[in-house]
Amino acid sequence: MQNNTTFAKQVSLAQHEAMKSDPSMICMGLGIDDPKAIFGTTEGLSESFGCERVFDIPTAENAMTGVGIGAAIAGTRVLMTHQRVDFFLLALDQLVNNAAKWSYMFNGKMKVPLTIRLIIGRGWGQGPTHQQSLQSWFAHIPGLKVVVPSLTDNVGQLLYQSIMDDNPTIFLEHRWLHNQECKLENIMPFRQQGERTLELRSGKDVTVITNSYLSIEALKAADELAKVGISLNILEVNQLHDVNWEPIESSILRTGYCIVTDIGHASYSISSEIAFQVTRRCFSQLKAPPVRLALPNYPEPTSFALTKNYYITASKIIDSVTEILGVTQIERVLEVGIHDIPGDWFKGPF
Amino acid sequence: MILLNSLYGKMLRIRSIEERIAARYPQQQMRCPIHLSIGQEAVAVGVSACLNASDKVYSTHRAHAHYLAKGGNLNRLIAELYGKASGCTSGRGGSMHLTDLDCGFMASTAIVANSIPLAVGHALHQQLTRSQSITVSYFGDGAIEEGAFYESVNFAVLKSLPVLFICENNFYSVYSPLSVRQAKNRSISGFVKAFGLPSIEVDGNDVELVYEAIVTAVESIKSGKGPVFIEFKTYRHREHCGPSFDDDLNYRPQQEIEEWKQKDPLVMSRAKLAQHDMMSEKEYKDLLSRINLEIDTAFELAMSDSFPLESNNQRNLYAE
Repeated sequence: MQNNTTFAKQVSLAQHEAMKSDPSMICMGLGIDDPKAIFGTTEGLSESFGCERVFDIPTAENAMTGVGIGAAIAGTRVLMTHQRVDFFLLALDQLVNNAAKWSYMFNGKMKVPLTIRLIIGRGWGQGPTHQQSLQSWFAHIPGLKVVVPSLTDNVGQLLYQSIMDDNPTIFLEHRWLHNQECKLENIMPFRQQGERTLELRSGKDVTVITNSYLSIEALKAADELAKVGISLNILEVNQLHDVNWEPIESSILRTGYCIVTDIGHASYSISSEIAFQVTRRCFSQLKAPPVRLALPNYPEPTSFALTKNYYITASKIIDSVTEILGVTQIERVLEVGIHDIPGDWFKGPF
Repeated sequence: MILLNSLYGKMLRIRSIEERIAARYPQQQMRCPIHLSIGQEAVAVGVSACLNASDKVYSTHRAHAHYLAKGGNLNRLIAELYGKASGCTSGRGGSMHLTDLDCGFMASTAIVANSIPLAVGHALHQQLTRSQSITVSYFGDGAIEEGAFYESVNFAVLKSLPVLFICENNFYSVYSPLSVRQAKNRSISGFVKAFGLPSIEVDGNDVELVYEAIVTAVESIKSGKGPVFIEFKTYRHREHCGPSFDDDLNYRPQQEIEEWKQKDPLVMSRAKLAQHDMMSEKEYKDLLSRINLEIDTAFELAMSDSFPLESNNQRNLYAE
């Protein structure tokens, strides 16, 4: 596997590259230099760049976010990391009232080169307060950038570009992606801007718009459907504040069908916004209303037994595709793993 | 005494500016909330007299005095209150979001305790860049009840950051007295000391005492000894938000209001100057007429300035 690399490794490499590119940059976060190195994503940072530039912080999400903003306004490039999105909610005053507003409120006199990595949990009983996918909240606030990676191929590029951007950016990593592998030769160059709407699979029958971990499930669904001659055009939307609609419009022009998947709740969400935009932009090309595949409108329960049907899976995507195409009785050979772990490598606890 | 003369002049200027704002506010052309510092000028003037232009300041919703004392541009302040193009944020922020980077007044923000972490972050930058400058964080007694305050002081002490915490204790959060917000007889400066930083209480209406306390604090911070906290007891004469007196609401005891009028920083300083023959009536009148001329100009410029273009409303949402 020497020619392979992982999502976590690419996240780490992007930080190393950014720290080298900008000697003013600092990295801070709870546990950033502890023995587990935040699921391996901050490995070697403090050793390479010293404890003045890479440091653990007090358990004080709100003020520490403000400290990050203040340092960024002063001219330090800042990267903060939180092991779970849910804890970061304590910092919403600083994020919403300061970081998001600063450039606008002071009419461009100051800027906030701050990136905040937030990790989204899932499965193994993470339950109501350790797995929330709140990208819709962040994307609702003008002035923030919201980046949601899904593949090892471009996660480093997206993170490096986010860090080097002079605006406050929320970077949402899904915990189930950290061990995802890809070939080294597939890695997209960090210093190049990537596609905001990235085609993960070409296809002619149904357009599937994805983000984060659901890109993986969508690809599994596409593999399965390919066996019965149905092809999905999978488009990853990785920058929610500024979606590139052109590839989406031209895809729907070909397919006439659109499924929007999202790792968050369906109500009042990114999936709703995308479904609305698709309807408005492609009204006359659509052969059926767009479908939202996202979480139901209740929190995630903790019990193994209660979460079996909670999440969107490849199987649910297949069901949705066959339903809108009116295809019945396709042969199912999809291997369904245990629902609360991403693979055998995951042994809990978080 | 020469110092008092100069400090008094600065206080008189700020008082006169804010009284003019209060007088003009009912004309309904300054269409944003204003929180006047009238009665609290000694803290801002005493603090800024010890800072240089490379030292930074972060402030609160009640920021006019902090901004002006640090050297913030008067014309841009008044234009901002009128929502005009030449305002310090061209009408984006209004009275509660002031800035003048040329003099080191970074920003004021409107949410209680919200700018304290920013000041600490700026101090972190100063430490990382081996700067000789410090950052001042102004806040009120209400901010002491916010988590952000504790989180910020803890980190500043932990990292020994060059930040000066200035608490202006005017005893009221809007209409709510300290007695319904904080434990009886508890000293703010007393318990802040437990964080492990020098923490003292000073009469915030005696501008010379303010100055002396700040000289010592700034010297300590610049010598690398870490943050300092100072609680200044002071009093706002007018309503929390707006141009008027609101004593008819009876949320403050009449006797208390009268006592603080006697202790008004300008009244006390002027009495002392008179006592020492340091400012004649003529000198006072000359000073006041120079100030008024400057204020006249600022208001004329603001009134005659154009409004910013609505067509630019989308600009600067993101840094270019």
